Amino acid sequence: MTKTTIPVHLDINGHHHDLQLEPRVTLLDALRDRLGLTGTKKGCDHGQCGACTVHIDGERVLACLTLAAQVEGRTVTTIEGLAREGEMHPVQAAFLEHDAFQCGYCTPGQIMSAVACIREGHAGSDDEIREYMAGNLCRCGAYPHIVAAIRQAALEVAS
Amino acid sequence: MRDLSYFRASSVDAARQAAALPGAMLLAGGTTLIDLAKCGVAEPETLVDIAHLKGLDSIEVDERGATIGALARMSHVADHADIKSRFPAVSEALWQAASAQIRNMATIGGNLMQRTRCPYFRDPANFPACNKREPGSGCSAIGGVTRGHAVLGTSEACIAMYPGDLAVALVAFDAIVHLGERQIPVDDFFLLPGTTPDREHAIEPGEMITAIEIPGSAAARRSTYLKIRDRQSYEFAAASAAVGIEFEPDGRTIRDLCVALGGVATKPWRARTVEDALKGKALEPETVRSASLLAVEGAVDHGANHYKIELAPRVVARAILKLGETA
Repeated sequence: MTKTTIPVHLDINGHHHDLQLEPRVTLLDALRDRLGLTGTKKGCDHGQCGACTVHIDGERVLACLTLAAQVEGRTVTTIEGLAREGEMHPVQAAFLEHDAFQCGYCTPGQIMSAVACIREGHAGSDDEIREYMAGNLCRCGAYPHIVAAIRQAALEVAS
Repeated sequence: MRDLSYFRASSVDAARQAAALPGAMLLAGGTTLIDLAKCGVAEPETLVDIAHLKGLDSIEVDERGATIGALARMSHVADHADIKSRFPAVSEALWQAASAQIRNMATIGGNLMQRTRCPYFRDPANFPACNKREPGSGCSAIGGVTRGHAVLGTSEACIAMYPGDLAVALVAFDAIVHLGERQIPVDDFFLLPGTTPDREHAIEPGEMITAIEIPGSAAARRSTYLKIRDRQSYEFAAASAAVGIEFEPDGRTIRDLCVALGGVATKPWRARTVEDALKGKALEPETVRSASLLAVEGAVDHGANHYKIELAPRVVARAILKLGETA
């Protein structure tokens, strides 16, 4: 049986994409399987781990619980869209400097979440960072380095 | 997730009409519905997307109270300056719920439609029996692993816990759900399971939540939401309490008190017996602790969830005493 598809126009990292998708396709699957943007990771696929965190209209959300069709007319930023002219985002640089990962699978989600956490003004203390980064799980347990990286990046972004 | 069609509604009326058709469901933030569709629990044939409707995301607060549009998102309401100052328990319940990402997605209307986290309900492949999913099929939770199940408001058909936080604060402060023209107290919006646990909300086909109204009061202004859980963040409540208090001019006699419990019941649970026992009394730790025991009158445990019967009154008492400290 041929599945019904609909046209979906996506604005990802400043680029427009015209796709034909089944309506049930999530933003996460569209990014990874149709657009080759595999930086956004599929962890639990149920909104419990944060590995698929992206920004929609500048706010952090979960791509696994968002249908691609819902995003038409909004702007999406993924981990691939964070660097500017070959320069890493300060949060990316801080994660490298603080060795804020081990296997790296949760890292794109952690970084996207951290960029938003700082922008929201929720990186004022280690406790606040822990609370507002609670939606991003790290099975390797790199949390102390993640907190340190975000604390440093928050100071750099503010200065 | 099975194949489905997607319709983006252009108005509230169009959304209501489309959602009244068989197999259709409203879609806003999607944090519950897309998840349950992936679990095979929800099987919508058509998703009616209302997230883009204009004019339903406003947050208006004045002396009389707050009116929050159904499409206002959890994070925006939690951070709203007037909600924080006039309804602290509402803001605290919101930011202690879910994660930052989910709070950016989930809407206030959708939050009220949140389904239980009962693991048996969420797993139809392994547990076909669930009266909430399939009326008359039985309950896999009774006799199963019950640590997260309700001790209040249960029935022989269902012991699934209501998992949300916001609605606990809304029930405490007599909020009203606006379904377009029809208005209904939030306490009546949530239904006890009884013999029909499949029916959780007093909402009819073709109806849609348009706003939540919270009356302003002195008790709402001096309020808090205390949530105790297995891990410190991003976790459902083991037991929680939304409490608001108003003192007489002496600063210690309780004039008004609002108490509701989360994490222990099949719906957001107003504890009027605790309120009545303490109104007119001076705020003394022993008096508060003993009155708080009334919160779990009639509670029934199913083994592993027995701890909730001990925990909930302590959470209520601690929340009331915490508010007393700021008097």
